[in-house]
Amino acid sequence: MALHLASSNPVLVARTWKAPSTSTVQRAKWVLIVLGMLPLMRLVVGFFTNQLGANPIELITRSTGTWTLVGLAVTLSITPLRKLLNWPWLVRLRRTAGLLAFFYVCLHFTTYIWFDRFFDVEDIIKDVIKRPFITVGFAAFLLFIPLAVTSNNAIIKKLGAKLWQRIHYLVYVIAILGVVHYWWLVKKDLTQPIIYACVFAVLFALRIMWKLKSSK
Amino acid sequence: MLIRRPSDILPSEINSETEFNARRDWLKQAAGLGLIAGLPALAAHDAQAQGAKLMGVKPNPTYAMPTGEKLNKFDELKNYCNFYEFGTDKTDPPVMAKSLKTRPWTVAVEGEVLKPQVFDIDTLYKLAPLEERIYRFRCVEAWSMVIPWVGFPLSELIKQVQPKGNAKFVEFVTLADKAQMPGLRSGVLDWPYTEGLRMDEAMHPLTLLTLGAFGEMLPNQNGAPVRMIVPWKYGFKGGKSIVKIRFVEKEPRTAWVKAGPGEYGFYSNVNPTVDHSRWSQASERRLGEFGKRKTLMYNGYGDQVASMYAGMDLKKFF
Repeated sequence: MALHLASSNPVLVARTWKAPSTSTVQRAKWVLIVLGMLPLMRLVVGFFTNQLGANPIELITRSTGTWTLVGLAVTLSITPLRKLLNWPWLVRLRRTAGLLAFFYVCLHFTTYIWFDRFFDVEDIIKDVIKRPFITVGFAAFLLFIPLAVTSNNAIIKKLGAKLWQRIHYLVYVIAILGVVHYWWLVKKDLTQPIIYACVFAVLFALRIMWKLKSSK
Repeated sequence: MLIRRPSDILPSEINSETEFNARRDWLKQAAGLGLIAGLPALAAHDAQAQGAKLMGVKPNPTYAMPTGEKLNKFDELKNYCNFYEFGTDKTDPPVMAKSLKTRPWTVAVEGEVLKPQVFDIDTLYKLAPLEERIYRFRCVEAWSMVIPWVGFPLSELIKQVQPKGNAKFVEFVTLADKAQMPGLRSGVLDWPYTEGLRMDEAMHPLTLLTLGAFGEMLPNQNGAPVRMIVPWKYGFKGGKSIVKIRFVEKEPRTAWVKAGPGEYGFYSNVNPTVDHSRWSQASERRLGEFGKRKTLMYNGYGDQVASMYAGMDLKKFF
């Protein structure tokens, strides 16, 4: 813990350590974006070099879906990490992580409506109504949209912090719906959905624990 | 391995089986002692046994390429597999099934038959003339392939073992060897994998006791050395790496019916009008194609099999 003399105030101000500058955080955002594009690059290159196996569209659908869940997990782990490491600046990366998750859910949804359903609206509506795992997935996608649309400073000013926060609490619902979507589509081996469920459970449990502590 | 036509081989050149095995054992021992240079070459030859070409295979014109279709590639068959004994990812079996030992191999025929017996795999290869048949293969997961299988009708084997009057069903049991199959550690399915057919389905000319594909012995990951192919049913009905064929009175409780009684039925006939409980069966992705195609009733074999199910409620007996 570094003690430093505030220039205008003789009282010693204790700070944990020097928060990174804006440009460093900007750089960190770009690193995150580049990392976030790697799964997409792998899929694109793999598709054109025939390395995605015998059923490439199924692999792309599954991959964009799981990377959405990973993106959500990263987004939801920023607040716990912030608290555990005492790095408040991490919150400035949260929007980037969340929008990357939204990017992948858009790819996932596009792959489905384009390469699985060929934009047949009637087929898609039938799916959403008749197949529970698609109902849940579609709901998660719809709920994700207002979060993505309100992820900029101008909107936050318009809505005010309270309403914005209420909208963004939906991320918990989206995460749960995403896991249920995966759980209900897997044929028999639930290993992967269970792993994601556990990760989100831990991230939720940490928040609940802190909430309870602070309300005491 | 140099493949010679049958006519090239003189009877005097053909070793007896005991001679053959004795020499192989000697070679293995000698190799083990490092006495033979080219040890890697020997190991490679052994591993390649599964890639060996099958001799004397005749294409059956009745089961030639269905009109308007084209063959899938051997690589697609080899690299996209559901064989949970070797892992639940499609790409697990091609890697993990390398450990499967397909020699020695026997298939025991038991149950309500007059001539129960144990067939050595090499006897099975010669039980009936080997045919090449091009069949559509439709997985319950809604993807499909067109594959040139090699085998002979199961009815040829059934005729030899003479089922009794009370044999109403045939049950197929897959190998379940923990030492070779890492997937058995998982309880994803009840092991050993069992499948079954009604007697008329088992006797049907389409039902193929399958020993190869694309002119070669079955790759390990596709159910070597012997599996069933029942083309008008979902692919999981064709049990792989069979070690037992039992003739029974009661309908067997098969692995997938046990795993999901509301989702997988005993009959599992390909039927676009009867959906899986969680996804539609109306269309399928043909591997290698971009688009999706409409699924055909009985996978396109309706004219040959529909009569077996006349009057049956296909939604109830799915």
